[in-house]
Amino acid sequence: MRQFFDLSFRHKIPLWGGALIIVSAVAVSGGLMFRAYEHLKQDLVISSESLGYTLANTLFPVLLHDDAWRAYELVRAPFHEDRPDQPLEPKAIFVVDRDLKVLVSSTPLSMPLLAKLGSLGADHQQLAHALAAANPDVAGVYEFPGSNRLYVTIPVAEKDERLGTLVVTHSKDVFLPRFYGFALGGAGMGALVLAILLPLNWYWGRRMAEPLVQLAHGMSEIVHGAPADLSPDLYAFSDELGQLFAAYREAAAEIRQKTALEREVMQSERLAAVGRLAAGIAHEVNNPLGGMLMALDTLKQRGPLDPATARTVALLERGLQQITETVGALLVQARVQARALNRQDFEDIRTLIEPQATRKSLQLDFAIDITESLPLPSGFVRQVLINLLLNAIEATPPGGRVRVAASEADGQLALVVANAGEPPPAEILAHLFEPFVSGREGGHGLGLWVSYQTVNQLGGRIAVECGAGEVRFLIHLPLRSEAPASPKVGAGETASAPDDSPGFRRRLTGASRLSEPARPEPKVGAGETALETENPT
Amino acid sequence: MGSIELPNGNCGNRRRRALLQAGAAAFALGSAGAFASTVSAQRIIRIGLTPAFVHDQHALMADWRRYLESRLGVAIEFLPRNSYRETMDLLHQGRLDFAWLCDYPFLYLKDLVRLLAVPLHKDRPYYRSYLLVHADNPRPQGMADLKGAAFAYSDPYSNTGYLVPRFQIRQLGEDPTTFFRKTFFTWSHRKAVEAVASGMAEGASMDSFVWDTLTRIRPELTGRTRIIGASPEYGFPPFAAHRSVAASDFNTMQRVLLEMQNDADGRKLLERLNLSGFIVGERRLYDGVVTMMRAFGEY
Repeated sequence: MRQFFDLSFRHKIPLWGGALIIVSAVAVSGGLMFRAYEHLKQDLVISSESLGYTLANTLFPVLLHDDAWRAYELVRAPFHEDRPDQPLEPKAIFVVDRDLKVLVSSTPLSMPLLAKLGSLGADHQQLAHALAAANPDVAGVYEFPGSNRLYVTIPVAEKDERLGTLVVTHSKDVFLPRFYGFALGGAGMGALVLAILLPLNWYWGRRMAEPLVQLAHGMSEIVHGAPADLSPDLYAFSDELGQLFAAYREAAAEIRQKTALEREVMQSERLAAVGRLAAGIAHEVNNPLGGMLMALDTLKQRGPLDPATARTVALLERGLQQITETVGALLVQARVQARALNRQDFEDIRTLIEPQATRKSLQLDFAIDITESLPLPSGFVRQVLINLLLNAIEATPPGGRVRVAASEADGQLALVVANAGEPPPAEILAHLFEPFVSGREGGHGLGLWVSYQTVNQLGGRIAVECGAGEVRFLIHLPLRSEAPASPKVGAGETASAPDDSPGFRRRLTGASRLSEPARPEPKVGAGETALETENPT
Repeated sequence: MGSIELPNGNCGNRRRRALLQAGAAAFALGSAGAFASTVSAQRIIRIGLTPAFVHDQHALMADWRRYLESRLGVAIEFLPRNSYRETMDLLHQGRLDFAWLCDYPFLYLKDLVRLLAVPLHKDRPYYRSYLLVHADNPRPQGMADLKGAAFAYSDPYSNTGYLVPRFQIRQLGEDPTTFFRKTFFTWSHRKAVEAVASGMAEGASMDSFVWDTLTRIRPELTGRTRIIGASPEYGFPPFAAHRSVAASDFNTMQRVLLEMQNDADGRKLLERLNLSGFIVGERRLYDGVVTMMRAFGEY
């Protein structure tokens, strides 16, 4: 039973409704059938009594004069042998005297004259017992269990003189088929009603239950912070259920928003933590590195080394250099640059990137809506843009399109770098801006980390967006001249950031003719440096 | 065709005749007088019919009446009655000119009536009494086997339906008043057959002529009965004339009956009546019945 109550409304409502409909149909049909049976019986009794009294009155003088044949003709009168199956026509009519002997019978072959009623079969024996016990002066109706006869008895009497009892016998064989006819008709109607109501009930129940089921499902998802967005079409009415839906949708929207916010916060906190960790490690590694490199340098300057030692020293130097590079890439530092960003920077970036794009036959669109110089350090912006563009070119299938848009609004510079192509898989997307996360063979995944850290230090936001066959990176940078100098990274003072990034170098392989002239200061941001110190290989 | 003197009627009878006259006069005035020559309103002959034959075949009765009217030139009124007693009363009251009676009433009325003609059944002026039981009752082989049964008599003035069976019981050495468990009258031979067929009576005694006629017109009824005994022959139920009927009328009526077998219409009617004709007959034909009546002190 418990299991039944635990069933989903999807099943429970139609089942309950169906059960109620069936019970009602059966109860109503049963009641009507019982009534029909009672009516039929009552009709029979009324008609029999009326017939019986008429006959009894007529028979009284005839029996008084012992005119048996006339009496026989009278009791035969109600029978229509030429019209069988008259439902109210009696089976037999007979009169018994006060000693229950047959005075006349419509069926004399089975009820001979003067035969004892009790000797004429089990049914009549029961009747004889009943009549012997009954008040003979009033009419009676008798039905005996196990018998299909119905007896209506009427006294044949005038004033105080009672000659006997007239008995009208009905066979239920005649009226039962009639009743069954009624019953069958009733059952047919019931079945028709069921045939109409049950599917309706099923449909209505499903319709009723479906929103509830969806709602319940959505509610259970709330704890996971990701309630499903139920379509308002699911239940478009404003009754209590509709109100529940509206409340749910409102709550769900808020929860989703909150969850998104939390996730964002969590992600930026994680990134910040990773950044602090990376900076700390870089700092700790950098100091001994400097000492080691210095020591090697000193060793080389001290005099000519034998070839084997020289090779070992060179090996050590290269290894240490690589460590320096990697650590330097982790240490992103945005320092306020003197030169402000202007339109020419975008032209430069285009010039730098174009060969890469051309090699992959990509279409490169620049939509730069900037006319005057902006109070942003041009080097960092260039670095971020180049990073993102190189990624974009890498990710775009040949013949695709890569576009860059820049615009200024509400005190912000909005940058978009978009490329045609499939979005990266979700597990990559979730950790896109973390170091050493790369969707590609061979990428070590520092590019986006650096971009993120840079934008972050400039007080801006970077986000990725997928859809409409594009992957878009959106960057917003506040146009405040006094951008905070990367308090988060906290590694800014470790000036000895390496001046190139292997990641970028790798990406810019073959871009030697990009010749930004000046050798950068070592303290410039890693990406920019990387570009500028490109060594063609 | 001679004119027929009607018996002396009572006041009511005269009044009715006067009314009929007036009606006929009005009718004659309003239409051609063609009918007046054949049916005279002044002359109505009343004929009593009894259950001595199957007297409730109304179409046959109407045809026979029209036949007799055309032959006699007078209006005929049939007065069928369901018991002999009633017809006998009508004769007593002088309200009938003629009657087709059973042997017993004919003899019982003695010289109130005269023998007019005796019908022929299968060319013989005789009939008998049949003893009937239900066709499904194989046990009884004769009257003796019906002791204690419920028995249907046809009429207290019936020969074959009452006198004969009582006589037979007497011959068995039994008392007819106690021989049966229960007796009742059905007031016609046909109903006696019905009483046996329905099971109301276990036995009945009846007119062989009526039974033969019924086998032709109600075979499904007679088929449910079985004849287990036949009495000796008695004179056929006769046509009798009231003693007041004038000789000329008596002769005319007798002649018309006797001549029925001589014309096609008459033969057709006789065939339907299950008769073959009429003879003048003699009172001696009924001596056997007289013997039985005497045995019961009823003659």
